[in-house]
Amino acid sequence: MEHIVIIGNGISGVTAARHIRKLSDKKITIISSETEHFFSRTALMYVYMGHMKYEHTKPYEDYFWKKNRIELKQGFVKTVVPNQKELHFSDGDKMHYDKLIIAAGSKPNKFGWPGQDLQGVQGLYSKQDLDSLEIFAPSNKVCRRAVIVGGGLIGIELAEMLCTRNIPVTFLVREEHFWNGVLPEGESKMLSRHIKNHHIDLRLGANLKEILSDENGKVRAVVIQETGEEIACDLVGLTAGVSPNIDFLKESGIDLGRGIKVNRFLETSVDAIYAIGDCAEQLEPIGNRRPIEAVWYTGRMMGETVAQTICENRLEYKPGHWFNSAKFFDIEYQTYGWVFANKKEYEEHFHWKHDDDTKCITVAFHKESQLFLGINTFGLRMKHEVFDRWLSEKRDINYVMGNLSEANFDPEFYKRFEGQVLRAFTNKISLEYKKQQ
Amino acid sequence: MSTIEKNMSLTGDVPKNINALQKIGTAFGMLGLFIIVLAGFNVSMPHKEVWLTIALTALGGGIVLFAHGSYKNKLAGIKNDGVWFKSISSRGYLAWIAGIALTGFYIVLYFFAELLGLGIDGAANTGVIALFDPLSRVLSGNAASQWFVYGTLYTVAILAFGVKFIRKYKGNRYEQLRTLSVMFFQTAFAFIIPELMARLNSDDFSLPYNDLKNMWPLNYYAFDQWRIDQFINAETIGLVFLLFGILSIFVVSPILTYKYGKRWYCSWVCGCGGLAETAGDSFRQLSDKSMSAWKIERWVVHSVLVFSVVTTTAVIATYLGYDATKYWLTKDVFLIGVAVFLGVLFAVIWYFKKEELAKDARYGAIGYLVIILGLIATHYFSGNELFLFEAGKLRSFYGFLIGSVFSGVIGTGFYPIFGSRVWCRMGCPMAAILGMQQRLFSKFRITTNGGQCISCGNCSTYCEMGIDVRAYAQKGENIVRSSCVGCGVCSAVCPRGVLKLENASMNGRIDSNQILLGNDVDLMDLVNKK
Ligand SMILES: Cc1cc2nc3c(=O)[nH]c(=O)nc-3n(C[C@H](O)[C@H](O)[C@H](O)COP(=O)(O)OP(=O)(O)OC[C@H]3O[C@@H](n4cnc5c(N)ncnc54)[C@H](O)[C@@H]3O)c2cc1C
Ligand code: SF4
Ligand code: SF4
Repeated sequence: MEHIVIIGNGISGVTAARHIRKLSDKKITIISSETEHFFSRTALMYVYMGHMKYEHTKPYEDYFWKKNRIELKQGFVKTVVPNQKELHFSDGDKMHYDKLIIAAGSKPNKFGWPGQDLQGVQGLYSKQDLDSLEIFAPSNKVCRRAVIVGGGLIGIELAEMLCTRNIPVTFLVREEHFWNGVLPEGESKMLSRHIKNHHIDLRLGANLKEILSDENGKVRAVVIQETGEEIACDLVGLTAGVSPNIDFLKESGIDLGRGIKVNRFLETSVDAIYAIGDCAEQLEPIGNRRPIEAVWYTGRMMGETVAQTICENRLEYKPGHWFNSAKFFDIEYQTYGWVFANKKEYEEHFHWKHDDDTKCITVAFHKESQLFLGINTFGLRMKHEVFDRWLSEKRDINYVMGNLSEANFDPEFYKRFEGQVLRAFTNKISLEYKKQQ
Repeated sequence: MSTIEKNMSLTGDVPKNINALQKIGTAFGMLGLFIIVLAGFNVSMPHKEVWLTIALTALGGGIVLFAHGSYKNKLAGIKNDGVWFKSISSRGYLAWIAGIALTGFYIVLYFFAELLGLGIDGAANTGVIALFDPLSRVLSGNAASQWFVYGTLYTVAILAFGVKFIRKYKGNRYEQLRTLSVMFFQTAFAFIIPELMARLNSDDFSLPYNDLKNMWPLNYYAFDQWRIDQFINAETIGLVFLLFGILSIFVVSPILTYKYGKRWYCSWVCGCGGLAETAGDSFRQLSDKSMSAWKIERWVVHSVLVFSVVTTTAVIATYLGYDATKYWLTKDVFLIGVAVFLGVLFAVIWYFKKEELAKDARYGAIGYLVIILGLIATHYFSGNELFLFEAGKLRSFYGFLIGSVFSGVIGTGFYPIFGSRVWCRMGCPMAAILGMQQRLFSKFRITTNGGQCISCGNCSTYCEMGIDVRAYAQKGENIVRSSCVGCGVCSAVCPRGVLKLENASMNGRIDSNQILLGNDVDLMDLVNKK
């Protein structure tokens, strides 16, 4: 029987395994050095905050794997030897594979800061990171202040987490406003204010210079590049993005860039080896998408696609329209299509913000053709299905604004804002029209 | 890393500490309880009305104050910080103490009311019950009973914890309106109106205690002979009430459930649900989400329903039989009527919805039908008294096992251990009926938002009915489950805005296809190929 081996039990690897099982009777093994069972990485924060226990983050009950004849192996793959079709584990074990799927995920970025490997300096990615957080920041008695470096999605999650234990947080963000590299200014500024409302010491335009150690090799303080200021702290969270976790493949002969290079069929340069999820780097660009996409649902989709290929139905990876979501403390964020922080030359934005400073939207459209390009929403829930359809149907901005209520996904009895949004939009248009006259 | 530091992590956690206001609130609540306990020891309390007012105000006010301390400085958003660290909400020491205390209270209430001071055979009340006499006199004109004490405390709990809930879900209008609704129905329909109606009673006129919203089969004694007799004797008013009771079961409820799902009752009106949603809110995460729990649930709750149908039929048939002259309905007609009704109901479901029933559900349905019809037939042919068991015995056994032990002692007493809706999920025959309809003939569903789910598990964790919401959401499937009471909390706690409770067309409501949007359409076709 053909043996399919998958490195990584995250969403990508597990989805691949589940679908291979649906389609075939092949022998399947999933390897992970992190945890025995698949858990939802996106829920790590809720465990620390006490919303859930680790058990709750597992999407499948423990009996699931045996029932579906998916073998689980805990161990760290040290090297992959493609010409023998073998994996070598750090404990000396070996395993043969017929086909190999690499779904090794990411690791937190470290940019060579002095002191970045001290005790109490960590990222937030793995279950081990969560455990380490419980050691270095269980309470505000043990951790009198934490410094977070890097204002992205994981940084703000870490800030929210520490807040729930009343640990004072200093948040170093390189950009002028929070997540300004991705979000247009109006949204960024609103989020910056929201973060400050949660009593976070938010430092915009601030870079980390170095991390200082105490006599035991544990973090004592950080120094800020711009001002030279020293901030005493017991924990430093490094959340300046992630990059593919591929160090163990250096000797394997598989073509690597920042990630594992794959074609549109998710095949690597080596026969019978595939790569999916966070660790895969697309050789060919797909629309406006980046070559490496470290998000949950693309990992899932790659898993579904590669399962088809492995089960004798070679299929191209074709993600549909871009979408994503996140949450910034109490403000939910959804995005459909493309809204760029730095507008492309053809791109025009319409921005609306509610007076309460927790809700806003930005709609992007084409200057000339008025084609609807994408939308960011904050504090309002929108229907994925509707925007997906509008993007496919190539609707124009006027249509989208006029029919916004069709896309509303807020719970029943919630106040609706489509009227306000539409009025603001028509005002803006008539103003511009007058200007042109 | 020294072990000392590690140990501190077990003690120095902040989210489970409580602030000054919360402490004061707790002290007030304890004071209220203390007065009631003192009364229980027959400590002499002149001016009972004053003491009762103090006790209830302290109790309710303490809870409201605690809520104020918890949420006053918080922005609108999810408020589940530290739930699994706090002893009371994570089956810790406090939870067990609370569970044992509550269970003890229920046992005394149901089986040893004299310990609370109930005056037997016309004797004056003493103890706790006497403390509540003044309020009872104001409302109904009579002295209090253990049920009046219970009803008062129950109402205070729903009101005070309701305020807490409303503050916790600041910014969520669905949760707030729903809670105002249960607070209203409890206070007006379950508590004040029936008490006031008792004032109408005199020597030649009496109505049974009647909570209009408490329908059969939740109200298992709805059709007991003494109630029916009282209704009939009360002539017009009584008949109106009786008719209303029957209409709500066979007309009002099916229409509302068709339009809005069982939530119209379970999380907007019902008193059991009301308590679970307010006082029980801190325990919703304790429900068991495993597949095995779901299997047990389905068998147990439907068995209770069958038990309740059989019992009620037996009770009614019996008094129709031996008091034949008093009622226009005869025993035979009644029994045949019930059999025909159930048979037709079954046939309709089978004809229209067979495809939607899982295999075990089909076997179960057939099995149950055969049992019921068999029992009815036995009764029909076996003279008056016997229904395999004697109807009266069956009825008291049902009252004891389901009405007292299951709904009270286990259902509420064990809130801090099994979660707040064990009764609603496993034991309530009303929930079973509404659930069946919700699954088969209703516009209600929870819609999932395309491909946005990140499988985090918040929804499943906080579903009090133990539904594994995530299992559906991560596949992009609608959630159409008979047990869902539409509390909306899964939608409230989802950090990605994936879930929405909706009433819309029945077409395509249950779609087990994986329609994860944003994906390649051809791939989706392949994935859904079975
Ligand atoms: C805190 C946090 C929050 C997030 N929130 C969101 C969100 O809200 N929305 C979103 O879209 N995305 C989010 N993400 C990103 C998302 O979780 C990832 O994109 C996704 O988990 C990647 O899945 P994967 O299967 O590719 O890899 P992973 O989940 O990283 O799984 C890889 C596994 O492989 C194991 N492994 C790697 N190398 C080896 C080896 N040599 N031997 C053995 N085992 C190995 C790793 O230990 C790991 O368990 C978040 C990420 C984090 C860290
Ligand atoms: S599925 Fe959602 S709405 Fe239904 S009972 Fe569970 S939490 Fe409440
Ligand atoms: S539906 Fe929401 S709460 Fe439930 S698992 Fe998905 S993202 Fe989490």
